[in-house]
Amino acid sequence: MKIIYDKKILTAELSGEIDHHSARSIRQALDADIEKYRPKVLVLDFGRVKFMDSSGIGLIMGRYRMMKLIGGTLRIENVPEHLERLIALSGVRQITA
Amino acid sequence: MNNIVNEMTLSFSSRSMNENFARTAVSAFVLPLDPTITELSDIKTAVSEAVTNAVIHGYEYGEGIITVNAKIFDNGRIVIKIKDKGKGIENIPQAMEPLFSTVGGERAGLGFAVMQSFMDKLKVTSKVNCGTCVTMEKYIIRRSRASGDDENP
Ligand SMILES: Nc1ncnc2c1ncn2[C@@H]1O[C@H](COP(=O)(O)OP(=O)(O)OP(=O)(O)O)[C@@H](O)[C@H]1O
Ligand SMILES: [Mg+2]
Repeated sequence: MKIIYDKKILTAELSGEIDHHSARSIRQALDADIEKYRPKVLVLDFGRVKFMDSSGIGLIMGRYRMMKLIGGTLRIENVPEHLERLIALSGVRQITA
Repeated sequence: MNNIVNEMTLSFSSRSMNENFARTAVSAFVLPLDPTITELSDIKTAVSEAVTNAVIHGYEYGEGIITVNAKIFDNGRIVIKIKDKGKGIENIPQAMEPLFSTVGGERAGLGFAVMQSFMDKLKVTSKVNCGTCVTMEKYIIRRSRASGDDENP
């Protein structure tokens, strides 16, 4: 995962497989940087994600709550076609900017 | 019709690193049916959900064994059973409700909803303090290779 902070926007380029096992280290890295930079916007870029299950949805919702707590917003970008149905089913589009 | 053409059973410990192993193994097992990328991704995701539930919820109080059994029938039907001998589910209909989770925080409560929508059939049996069995089915439409469309002249 690559994390870039620029102009109050924290962008995380997620990659590989996001499941319960891998979500843990992703969550720790994201939360550390959210704490550190306190960004206005957190962008989660799913462009390079090869696999994701509901643990990824939990990851998005957890980060949404964190951003809300510090007065920021969350955006999800570049959702690949193979993740569209999961994202649609979860309803996370309604909570993201 | 409806005879088993292939079957496999896997047993592994309820460690989170085996979530990837289980879905990859099932995916490799069903590959000879020539599923589409979407069908394969649906199966992988559903298996990942059920195995993850066994790891997180079933064996919440300690490590145990998870069993995955998959059968392929000659009409293209795949039946996958994921079993644990963990804590069991008290109220199955409630557990299967979308967004219901007994664990807050990082869990969305969508595992069963995903299994339900990505597979053709889902059945859950469970007994408190005995364990849980999730049975899922999917039909892979046989795409005829001999139809001529992808044949060389
Ligand atoms: N194998 C199991 N053993 C015991 N309880 C289970 C098992 N599978 C599911 N449950 C119960 O059913 C509930 C709903 O499961 P579901 O997979 O839909 O959501 P979740 O696991 O809580 O969240 P998510 O799957 O979105 O991460 C769980 O919170 C848990 O209480
Ligand atoms: Mg689950």
